Amino acid sequence: MQDEPTPIELTKSVADFLRNDIAPLISGHQAFKLRVAINILDLVTRQLTLEEGSDAAEVGRLRALLGMDGSVTDLNRALVERIAKGEVDLATPGLAEHLWATTMDKLAVDQPNYASYKRELGRGG
Amino acid sequence: MIEAELSRSVARWCPGATGVAGVARLSGGASQETWRFDIVHPDGPIGAILRRSPKGYGAAPTRAAGLGAEAQLMQLAYEAGVPSPRVMHVLVPDDNLGTGFIMQRVEGETIARKILRDDEFAATRPLLARQIGEVLAKLHGLPRDKLPELRSRSATEEIAEFERDYRSLDWPKPVFELALRWLRDHDPGPSAETTLVHGDFRNGNLIIGADGVRAVLDWELAHLGDPMEDLGWVCVNSWRFGEIDKPVGGFGSREELFAGYEAAGRKVDPSRVKFWEVMGTLRWGIMCGGMMQRFRESPDHSMERAMIGRRASETEIDLLRLLVPRGS
Repeated sequence: MQDEPTPIELTKSVADFLRNDIAPLISGHQAFKLRVAINILDLVTRQLTLEEGSDAAEVGRLRALLGMDGSVTDLNRALVERIAKGEVDLATPGLAEHLWATTMDKLAVDQPNYASYKRELGRGG
Repeated sequence: MIEAELSRSVARWCPGATGVAGVARLSGGASQETWRFDIVHPDGPIGAILRRSPKGYGAAPTRAAGLGAEAQLMQLAYEAGVPSPRVMHVLVPDDNLGTGFIMQRVEGETIARKILRDDEFAATRPLLARQIGEVLAKLHGLPRDKLPELRSRSATEEIAEFERDYRSLDWPKPVFELALRWLRDHDPGPSAETTLVHGDFRNGNLIIGADGVRAVLDWELAHLGDPMEDLGWVCVNSWRFGEIDKPVGGFGSREELFAGYEAAGRKVDPSRVKFWEVMGTLRWGIMCGGMMQRFRESPDHSMERAMIGRRASETEIDLLRLLVPRGS
């Protein structure tokens, strides 16, 4: 077991330092790149916070959908193959719900400000 | 330096020109550059833009039409009344500037978010969806026999190409897989008419002024194909920049776009437009994957490219909204 602070806390402290103390000092193209860098650290922080829970839920749904076990990567490869072969499609019970839930969990990490995501989040489905 | 070569070049083809000033690089990757400058002239400075591939970068990527074709298309468009910069000079070997062309600089805004948010465009925005329809109708009406040599792509070939691109990424994405199946199942077949297709006509590639569309830029993906492709691409959610209820670039409705297109004497096929919107959404998603791959494999480790890779999920939610809308 590793010591603390946790990676989430460490990453967040760097992002906050860059945002609050460094960003006001920089302008032009370097300021743009710094914003990208801060966005990356924020994304990593969100992923470290959310990934474990969303992967577990995704694996649970995929096991039910495919009737097999495996890692989240293995199960996604299996699903992709079945869709490609036409064995699974939108008529398959649970597929649409699974894809929606998985995609919403990805947006929560990648782009929580994306307008389509905020709209769908508002539906509460 | 490039100033000296530009000065020598303009003196040859622009009568009265005495040199250049204010030369600045605008954008572009290793293979294609854009520069702005003024031609110094006794009657006053003439705003100009240079688009070029430096020497040694002559080979265009397979999908690109090439700078020579781009210059020809912009000039044809200009002559036909499509808002387009006038091409002033196509580079020749004596210019010592590589391959490309010099065009008139059109003043206005290209940054999509500014056009969608800034007050100075408030009165212009409601006009744009219809105007874009009119511009596209003119563009699709450019005479086939005057066009440069261009690649030709049917919907079926395009699906196959995107599938190859997607598989080469080895990036298992169930939503993309589903979209590929949907596209194959809804392939509309060859279009009744094959026309010039701009290929990247969207908010971000248009110069907008108070009076509306002033210039259509970035013709490098021009090809021959189904004219409905351009109408679908301009509606892809990624080019609405947050204004998701206004499908045409965040400006207005499909109805306005279609009305402008039909008023200019051409016919819209809404189901084909929808097909190309789905195709376009997947196309941008796969391009995000390409960015991820280039980030991994190229030595410069660009953070921007890395983050564009993480935007593929935006196209996944948009594909789901198109193909399996919730609450319906």
